[in-house]
Amino acid sequence: MLDEATKKRIDTEVTENDVLLFMKGTPVFPQCGFSAVVVQVLSHLGVKFKGVNVLEDPDIREGIKDYSSWPTIPQLYVKGEFVGGCDIIREMFETGELAEMFQTRGIDAKHPVA
Amino acid sequence: MAMDAGEIERLIKESMPDAVVTIEDLRGDGDHYACHVISSAFAGKNRVQQHQLVYQSLKGRMGTELHALALQTSAPD
Repeated sequence: MLDEATKKRIDTEVTENDVLLFMKGTPVFPQCGFSAVVVQVLSHLGVKFKGVNVLEDPDIREGIKDYSSWPTIPQLYVKGEFVGGCDIIREMFETGELAEMFQTRGIDAKHPVA
Repeated sequence: MAMDAGEIERLIKESMPDAVVTIEDLRGDGDHYACHVISSAFAGKNRVQQHQLVYQSLKGRMGTELHALALQTSAPD
């Protein structure tokens, strides 16, 4: 269950960081294939983001799943809103929706030449 | 920890009876599947909501018994 303290910590993180990725490992050393895919997509679009390594924080690792009612990691948040996990981010990237979403929310992102 | 493809399909169809489910075992270890689900239950829902419906139908097994499920969802055309 998501206790109040963890919820507050998550709230703060997602509101203070425009683009936030709850992941296994760090952006430089992702420790899970799915987390690595999202890191690659964000780097490819040139989007600045903060990584939260859930492997170092068991409360966040479990709490984030209740917070977004999403059972897996990674989880991407943009301006406080849950956007998706690996599958959704990859699908949005391939259709160009991801770059568009960043731009409409005022976040610098290169528009990749598909 | 692993699940068998038939079990995944059964659970999804239990909560979405009209679902067309195609499952591929990516690594043959019963723990990494790709799954495409087509159901009218997805109509009018965004991707996050569609995937959440599938996760709910798996009744807590996603991320526990089942490690990885590369999911694609769509409503029937």
